[in-house]
Amino acid sequence: MSRIGLFITCVNDALYPQTPKAVVAVLERLGYEVDFPRAQTCCGQMHANSGFRKDAAKLAKSFDRVFGSYDAVVTPSGSCAAMARDQYPGLIGGDIGERVYELSEFLLDHAGVEDVGARFPHTVAYHPTCHGTRALGLGDKPLRLLRAVGGIELVDLPAAEQCCGFGGTFALKNSEVSSAMLEDKCRNAAGTGAEYLAAADNSCLTHIGGGLTRTGGPRPIHYAEILASTA
Amino acid sequence: MSTAFPKAAKVALGMPQLRSNLAHATGTIRGKRAKVVGELDDWERLRDTAAAIKADVQHRMPELAVAFERNATAAGATVHWARDGAEANRIAARITRDAGAEEVVKVKSMATQEIELNEHFAAEGLSAWETDLAELIVQLADDRPSHILVPAIHYNRTEIRDIFRGRMADAPKGLTDDPAALAEAARLHLRRRFLSAKVAVSGANFAVAETGSLVVVESEGNGRMCLTMPETLISIVGVEKLLPRYEDLEVFMQLLPRSSTGERMNPYTSVWTGATEGDGPKDVHIILLDNGRTEVLADEVGRQALSCIRCSACLNVCPVYERTGGHAYGHVYPGPIGAILAPQLEPGRHDDLPYASSLCGACYEVCPVKIDIPEVLVHLRQQGPHGAGEKAAMGAAEAVMARPALWRAALAAARFLSRPWRGRGFVRRLPWPASKWTVSRDMPVPPKESFRDWWKERER
Repeated sequence: MSRIGLFITCVNDALYPQTPKAVVAVLERLGYEVDFPRAQTCCGQMHANSGFRKDAAKLAKSFDRVFGSYDAVVTPSGSCAAMARDQYPGLIGGDIGERVYELSEFLLDHAGVEDVGARFPHTVAYHPTCHGTRALGLGDKPLRLLRAVGGIELVDLPAAEQCCGFGGTFALKNSEVSSAMLEDKCRNAAGTGAEYLAAADNSCLTHIGGGLTRTGGPRPIHYAEILASTA
Repeated sequence: MSTAFPKAAKVALGMPQLRSNLAHATGTIRGKRAKVVGELDDWERLRDTAAAIKADVQHRMPELAVAFERNATAAGATVHWARDGAEANRIAARITRDAGAEEVVKVKSMATQEIELNEHFAAEGLSAWETDLAELIVQLADDRPSHILVPAIHYNRTEIRDIFRGRMADAPKGLTDDPAALAEAARLHLRRRFLSAKVAVSGANFAVAETGSLVVVESEGNGRMCLTMPETLISIVGVEKLLPRYEDLEVFMQLLPRSSTGERMNPYTSVWTGATEGDGPKDVHIILLDNGRTEVLADEVGRQALSCIRCSACLNVCPVYERTGGHAYGHVYPGPIGAILAPQLEPGRHDDLPYASSLCGACYEVCPVKIDIPEVLVHLRQQGPHGAGEKAAMGAAEAVMARPALWRAALAAARFLSRPWRGRGFVRRLPWPASKWTVSRDMPVPPKESFRDWWKERER
């Protein structure tokens, strides 16, 4: 039996406990045993992408220490998984990055499951977040899992592949451009008439959701929570 | 650090006509590109091959440049070497005067925009006339290009009609904004110039080392006119445009039109090798331009920016470019490629451009020569400079995140301190610098119970 470590990400640690809880629920439903190493903090993505390489390397090393003994590390974040897989080799060497899976990769490629036995009788639009889709190459993996959910009605999000404008510190450094991108994303999301807007990254959903509470529109939700639902 | 981009972007965002012109134009080209790229099942292999050829060129630049000079010279061209823009401009102006001319007609060329040849010629009492329709519009408007391929992308046709009416002396009376009428007006205006020009100035899309040939890829035929009618031709070519073999064109001629105009094939491709008796210009000059390129070559990560074939696919898919336009970048190369090229070509300047990106990766996905633009952006960000405030914030974050106990304590403190807002679920206004977030987004409030608490409870 392989050892699976759960990396919840710093964003979920601080703001969204329901998402890693959902990951645990889905994995346990499929018969996996999950471990949560308490010493985990952050993958270092913010530092790396802002140009603070040394700080990022320190956090990457600590990630390696915490998760080094696991056979697989599962995380509900496309961008954190991309950070580990794309940037760790250049930052700290080693092979820990290869064992980090975004949830949908683990379910489809590792577990070989498309239908996780979920039920979610709601209308859902899906936003493919940039790092997950492009850097990690998730393609439509989360969407394939969502399509297999009972009772769900998926609606198309216009210009879905366009960035929401978050981009980490980009949202602060180029706040106006970021806001203009957000405005279009919120308009497109609201236009779908969906009840929920699902994505594979809660950082992007914090950004989009932060706009949607002002403009009105679907409720942001991490797709892991939909997969966990059996309502 | 410069704050030119965020400031200029803010101005551009306040111009609704500009945003609508850009969204319409980039959206149209994006769609055309996606369609013709989708037709090729070996697209990814073409990209890999092009990237490999360009990497080879970068490894063998001196050898290939000398081979190009030798072969072009043998074919009757005169090859000049220019360390920087000023030197290239001086050489071009001297050749123009030696030819007994006071004006030149120009093929659309990014290299000459980069070295500000038109401005230099004007300062020397010479005239340089743009003959590409969009470059002509920009020149008449006394404006600057805002896109690599579509320099007048920021104008719609009504605005173009007004520019022609106001600035083109021989514009027909009662000119409408019908595209055909605008094209006809430009055609008549330009024909007079083509017929009287003694000297033409061009760039080149490719320079083939093996044969000494130059290649210009264009759509309007103005390039063909300039390249064949005047007696003297001056081509200013960045050294990164070299290709080892003639057959390498096979790869790039599939990639470039599809990536740039979204066409399977462009209407006019001109290839010439030195001078040919009785055919085209008699006096053929080639100025090989460095202008910072060999410095870029020394950077192992950054050098891939020199693979760029100026197709503009990255501009057209960039969500930042689409909203700000090209002028906000403050450099002749705007958009994602400009954000990695400008700060490298002019070290110490444009250091805010690597941040003019959300790192969404759309540029890398479409780049026909596979420049990993996000990778280079991050690489350039590492070179700083970073502001004192940012350094302090990042240092503090790292200090906390590198110590699990401190991190847990910080999160617990955040949950405790944010209690007053928990009922509502979000905060609408935060003080500076967090106000840069709350200007357009609400901030979520930490939960009552963390995942860690839940996990601990569960393990009991």
